[in-house]
This record gives sequence, C-alpha cells and structure tokens, in this order.
Amino acid sequence: MGHVKRSRSSGAPEPAGRSSLSWLGRFLTVPATDGDRARTVVGTFVLHLRPVRVPKATIRFTHTFGLGGMSLVLLSVLALTGSLLMLGYTPVPGEAYASIERLQAEVPFGAFVRSVHHWSANLLVLVAFLHMLRVFFTGGFLDGRALNWLVGLVLLAAIAAASFTGYLLPWDQLAYWAVTIVTGMAGYVPFAGSALAGLLRGGPEIGPETLGTYYALHTQWLPALLFAGALFHFWRVRRAGGVVVPPDAVLDERGKPEQVLFLPDLLWREAAVGLLLLAAVSLFSALVRAPLGPPANPGLSPNPAKAPWYFLGFQELLIHLHPLFAVVVVPVLGALALGALPYLGFPKDEPRGAWFLSDRGRRTARLAAVAGVATTCVLIVIDHLLLGGPGSLAGSAALVTRGLLPVSALLVVCGVGFRLLRSRLGATRLEAAQALFVFLAAGFAVLTATGIWFRGPGMRLVWPWNA
Amino acid sequence: MAVERVKPAGTPPGRRSFLGLAWLGIGVAALGEAAWIVASFVKPRRRAPKDGGSLVVAGPSDGFAPGSVTAFPEGKFYLVRLADGGFLALHRQCTHLGCSVPWDEASGRFACPCHASAFDLRGDVLAPPAPRPLDLFAVRIENGIVKVDVSAPVRRSAFDASQVTRG
Repeated sequence: MGHVKRSRSSGAPEPAGRSSLSWLGRFLTVPATDGDRARTVVGTFVLHLRPVRVPKATIRFTHTFGLGGMSLVLLSVLALTGSLLMLGYTPVPGEAYASIERLQAEVPFGAFVRSVHHWSANLLVLVAFLHMLRVFFTGGFLDGRALNWLVGLVLLAAIAAASFTGYLLPWDQLAYWAVTIVTGMAGYVPFAGSALAGLLRGGPEIGPETLGTYYALHTQWLPALLFAGALFHFWRVRRAGGVVVPPDAVLDERGKPEQVLFLPDLLWREAAVGLLLLAAVSLFSALVRAPLGPPANPGLSPNPAKAPWYFLGFQELLIHLHPLFAVVVVPVLGALALGALPYLGFPKDEPRGAWFLSDRGRRTARLAAVAGVATTCVLIVIDHLLLGGPGSLAGSAALVTRGLLPVSALLVVCGVGFRLLRSRLGATRLEAAQALFVFLAAGFAVLTATGIWFRGPGMRLVWPWNA
Repeated sequence: MAVERVKPAGTPPGRRSFLGLAWLGIGVAALGEAAWIVASFVKPRRRAPKDGGSLVVAGPSDGFAPGSVTAFPEGKFYLVRLADGGFLALHRQCTHLGCSVPWDEASGRFACPCHASAFDLRGDVLAPPAPRPLDLFAVRIENGIVKVDVSAPVRRSAFDASQVTRG
C-alpha cells in the first residue's frame, strides 16, 4: 500500500472534512481529487471488495434495508461471541449442560455473551431470509446476478444448518428433542432415509457422536463456508456494479444513474446501520436471557416436541401430507424453483429494480399475499375440523390422497393463476411470477406461524394464549 | 504477442502435455483420497457392542404377569407379556419422529407425547401419524430366564403371531 498517495500539493489549505476521518489513520485518508480517492479505495484491502462509486439511488435505506450488511455484522458477532463460548464449553453429553450452566453462573458476562450469540443466531436466520425476499422483490436475481442468487441460496441453507447444529449444543430438553425431530424427519427420505438419519445422528440415536459432529460443524466447517461464501457474495455484488438500480434513479448528463462515492456516502450509512443493530442486539440480550431448559432426558419427551422454529413449516406439513411429500417432494420442488428463478428467461424490457417491480406488481403481490394466507388458513382448519386432523398418513393410499393429489392441485392452481394474472390483470411475466412467489411464501409463513404458536400438546390446534 | 507453437499433425504428445495429464491424474487421485478420508470420518461411528453388552437379562419369565408392561430404561425397551403368556420387547422410540413413548396404564396404550400417536399392547398403531408399529427387539427365553437382544431394532408392518416368544 506504500504507493497510496497521501500528500497534497504544497501550500494548499487543509480541506474541511478531512479531520472527521482522521481516526481511520494512515489506512484511510481522503485525498482531494476523485482520482486520488479512487486509488485510495482500490488500494485498501477491505474496500477492494466494495465498489468505488455506487449509484446514488441505491444507497437509500429503504431500497435494501441494509439486510445483506446486517447479515455480515451478525455473522461477525456470532464468530466473536462463539469463539468466547468455545473457551467455556465442553462438547460431551454428560458435561455440556453443566458447562453452560457454569458459564452463565460463574463467568462474568457469560450469560450476556451467550444471550448475544443466541439472539444474533435467531435474528440472522430471519434477516438472511428477509434479504432473500428483498433481492427477489427488487429483481436482483436477474441480469448477470444469477450466480450470486445461487450463492445466496447456499449461504441461506448454510445459515440454517449452522443455526440447527448450534441448537443441539446446550444439551437441554429443547435441544435434544428438536434434533431428534429433525433427524427423524430426515428418516422419511425414501431408500436412504435411515442411512441419512444415522449420518445426521452419527449413530442409531443422538449421543456423544452427534454432539461431537455438530460441534465440529458448528464451530469449524460451517463458519468457514459462511465467511468464504459471504466474501464471494459481496465481491459478486461489486462485479455486478452494486445492488440493483431502481428505475426512478436520477440520471447524470451522460444518461447514467447519478453516482456517489462509496467512501464516505455509503460507508457511513452502513456503519450507522451496523452500529444500531449492534446496540439493539446488545440491549435485547441484556434484557432477555437466552433460554436454557432442563437437561436432556432421552427417556422423557416433552409435550409437544418441536423442531427449531425455522423448520416448523416443514413439521406442520408433516401433519397434513404423506411424509415423502412433506419432507422430500415439497422442499425439493421449492429449492429447485428458487434456484431456477434466474434462468426462466424473463424478458429484459420488463420493469424491475423498484420494490415489487411496479404499481401493478405491488397490487398483484398484495392480492397474492392475501390469497396465500387465506387459502392456507382455510386448508389447515378444514383438515382439522372436517378430516379430523392427521388421518392415516402412511400407506400407498395416503401417497395419493395426502401427496400426489394436493401437490398436483397446488401446481394446477399456480399454473391457472399465472395465466389469469397475465390475461386478466395484464401482469408482465415477472409480475405474475412474483405474485406466485408471494402466494407460496405467504402460505409457508402461515404454516411456520401455525407450527410455532398454534400447536399445543399432542400437536393439536390451540390458541396461542391457551398453549 | 502470443507465441503460437504449431505442431505438425500426428506427432506424439509432448512432454508438457504428458506432465499436465500426470498432474491432473494425481490431482483427481488426491481429491478422491480426501473424499474417502472425510467420508470415513463422517460415517456413523457405531460403537462395537461389548461382550454381552447388547443382551439385557430381564429376569425369570414367571416374574411377569400376563397382560403386563415392564419398562427397561437401560435397554430402551418395554417387555410386554401378552394375555396368552407370550413375550414381546418393544423399542420405546416412536416410529413417527423418534420421541420416547411412555406406557399409559390407565388407558392401556402407549401414547406418544409429541404428535399423539398411540400404540396398543402389541405395538400396533391405534392412532396416527405413526406410520408403522413400534419396532421389536429379539426375545430369548433360556431356562425360564427372559433375555432381550437390544443390538438392533427390527421393523415390521403389522403385528403377527410369529413375533411373539413363548417360554
């Protein structure tokens, strides 16, 4: 970095504004001209990952809500608090729970650090998912961003995996049985099911091998994947010229969107969002301690026993559909559809870049959200009242009535909906696809919410205040 | 700028391309080896049963009343004596998602607390979502002593008389 130009032409007065950055010291100074600024930025390793200039319209907070940056901040918080927790934690079944208790009771700030780790992890799952929605709703998966969309999906899956492997480590009742439920769900995969469940458990049932494996995944493999992937993810955003530009961007005299410098315009905004997030997480963790239930007891299942909240949509599906469809067909179809999105050949002249693409896009999305929520609620209640809840879900008859039929019906509804949106409401292909996405996402959100709040003892439907 | 090295057609592959191929081969072999090593670390690490460790001695057969259920927490099974005197060892793990199923004496059924599956005395499904009866462990009766081999639970699709051990 020795070649970075720091001196100004002699005799020139010190421009105002330089001193406010002086704490960044010799690594980041703000030279006078744009060219010098650009060289400074390029010559700095961290900033190498970010664009030198960004379109002014993209730095508006409500364009992205800073969700990608928030994910990176949370990842870093998790890495820091996690490496502290590792110092006090013993990954052995007989001692894991006691080591967490000791950490919370005896180590100064032990409970606080664990709470920050716990709440950051839960928030990360949520923020990363919202980030995916943001990218989708602004059309950020199109036009040369296809690869990065796929990388993002892999990162989202890795975040879920990291969160899930961490779920087991406290070795309390909640942890033990949630992992039992999820690995049991994996057991429904045809042919390879029991082998897969055995692989996920490291043996026939949850034990020391499971804890050891999850500890290694949680503290080594997944963080490595996440940080390497996130680095690549950010760099690809830069390669694409920053985040997607909204169509109402002010154009400069050359007809290009008006640009501002990354430093200081964007960096300060990012710093503000990151610091506010840190403050919020710290405050929340100081007030609300991470839960720790009674120690794991393999002989006594709690009632009800639930998977971690981000998997409850699938556990809810398992109440209604044949296991093969709930655990394999629906998730695989969903993942394939998400992965295929950038490759569906959406015409380049359709509007994109603004939230929900256009006014019509906003209207159709709203309609689809209402339809998705209503349909899913009605179906759950019908299944509960008329069909008497989960009937027999096993056997070849259920494979049709509780699998093939409902899933084909859903596909038909999506196909017909797409046609109607195109012909009756005049939606573009992108807008129609968006409406379908909203319809399905709203349905999945209702399934997840039902699993979290509306399932009581014996997984019967209950009101949350009676649970 | 670029220097083209034109080769007459039909010349044997040069040293460079041979070395390139060799590197590629070594690389593939190394990758395969690494994958093998990782796979063998990841494979379920079942501990080999210690001598007699997988055999639970339940006790003399006449110590169990017909129609009774006795829990063996260390073996993770219930020893059931049917009304006709036959024995069954039922794995306590629910066949739905793996919760531990307690015996409910009052209603005379195994009732899973997680998702309301229920099983009768013979392990047959009384209430879904469980897809199949409770798994079995092999029961032996030697000299009037009931012994249960807990090394591997056996799956079944329904109860039938051949699953019962009689002393």
